[in-house]
Amino acid sequence: MAELKFTSDHESIYIDGDIAWVGITKYAQDALGDLVFVELPEIGRQVSKGDEFAVVESVKTAAEVYSPVDGEVVEANDNMEGDLELIAKPLADGGWIAKIKISDPSQLDGLMDEAAYKDYVAGLD
Amino acid sequence: MLKHTALHDLHVKSGARMGEFAGYDMPLYYGEGVIKEHLWVREACGMFDVSHMGQVTIEGEGVAEFLERLTPSPFQEKRQGKAQYTVLTNEQGGIIDDLIITRLSEHQFFAVINAGCKEKDIAWVKEHLPSKLTLNYMEERALIALQGPKAAKVLEETLQCDVSDLPYMNAREGKSPCGKDILISRLGYTGEDGFELSVPPDVAQRAWQGFSKHPAVKPIGLAARDSLRLEMGYALYGHEITAETSPVEAGLNWVMGKNASGYFGCERIQKELSEGTARKLVGVKLTDKGIAREGAEIQNGDGKVIGVMTSGGHSPSLQAAIGMAYIDTPLAEAGQDIFVNVRGRNLAALVADLPFVPAKTKSMKKAAA
Repeated sequence: MAELKFTSDHESIYIDGDIAWVGITKYAQDALGDLVFVELPEIGRQVSKGDEFAVVESVKTAAEVYSPVDGEVVEANDNMEGDLELIAKPLADGGWIAKIKISDPSQLDGLMDEAAYKDYVAGLD
Repeated sequence: MLKHTALHDLHVKSGARMGEFAGYDMPLYYGEGVIKEHLWVREACGMFDVSHMGQVTIEGEGVAEFLERLTPSPFQEKRQGKAQYTVLTNEQGGIIDDLIITRLSEHQFFAVINAGCKEKDIAWVKEHLPSKLTLNYMEERALIALQGPKAAKVLEETLQCDVSDLPYMNAREGKSPCGKDILISRLGYTGEDGFELSVPPDVAQRAWQGFSKHPAVKPIGLAARDSLRLEMGYALYGHEITAETSPVEAGLNWVMGKNASGYFGCERIQKELSEGTARKLVGVKLTDKGIAREGAEIQNGDGKVIGVMTSGGHSPSLQAAIGMAYIDTPLAEAGQDIFVNVRGRNLAALVADLPFVPAKTKSMKKAAA
């Protein structure tokens, strides 16, 4: 069963079995403004929770995207290089940046669900 | 506590994303985002609140001679209404600020200085001000820029003032529709035809609302102001030009008077004019994908560091990554292959001629001659 999770760094994660589809939240997109480039990770790269694995560049600034879990990058969304507006789509509908094969499912327990993330963002403004 | 311009409430009401700039809470961009704003200025007319910039007058007998002590530019020969882009130099030949100075009358000049340099500039000028001259800082005065190919039409249709005979880099005093004194300067920071209107705060609010109703006008934030000036290769204080950089290495030889002498830092600048400089400011265009920003190191093909980026970002007009950099003079030739180090990776790039996008104004260089 798939579910959505969130990090305090504004990554959004769609969990499909042992694969995490990772993107950035609407809050992060709004804060960044117009996007101009995404630097995708290499397939096969081993990442630890908290590692920078992609970079989203907006007109204003560069924002690192951090891995929410330990694992291996198994796919990167090449379509996004040609169409940055994909990032605004739901994760499972093209808005994902990379897919990470989760090596320690217990790390998912530390992530926020949608309601918790909503409260977290409300507390930031 | 951030300072507010006279137009602050209007920005907030219109839903602008606000951010701090030089101690002011300023609009970074409005609803449509930076890229659309940028392109709108290139095709129609953008309206910018630049009231955070400092507006001063210096007046008295001998004021033109005094300005030739503060800057390397000629002011005695300027006729009334003529504007000159120039730099305040320090004793070491570095740059205290860049500014535009306009002759209002025989003994009065008007200057617009950078927001972040106001206190420093005013202190510097006062320190050297001859007793018969006075400096007046107009803290409350607002400044609105209209920039783009339709700017003249907007100004004529909204304020009913004919600017068809006002040449680029010239200013004229006029009246607002409500009878207040305003100063209209034909110049800007985007490479487009355009105007800066120096007005009292209440006039600024009415003018902003009036321009807003014109179909060719959209408000533009500071983010697009930066990408527009970057496409033109215009220097931004604190980035391309600083207290350490000289106007010669920054490519500003054209601001200097032919026989200028006796200004602060003259010795270094004269020496650099005759002998050249070790590094030069150039354009950089990435050929690899990515964005290179300020501070990125530049290397040659052998991995030797040959320069550093002073500004960098995305060019909405070219849909490419561009920037400016100081590069060792022997390699500072357009077409030179270079590499920009971004997060540990070397991205291929070329040294490029400036501007990246042709200026639609008569060039500042010609206007200054």
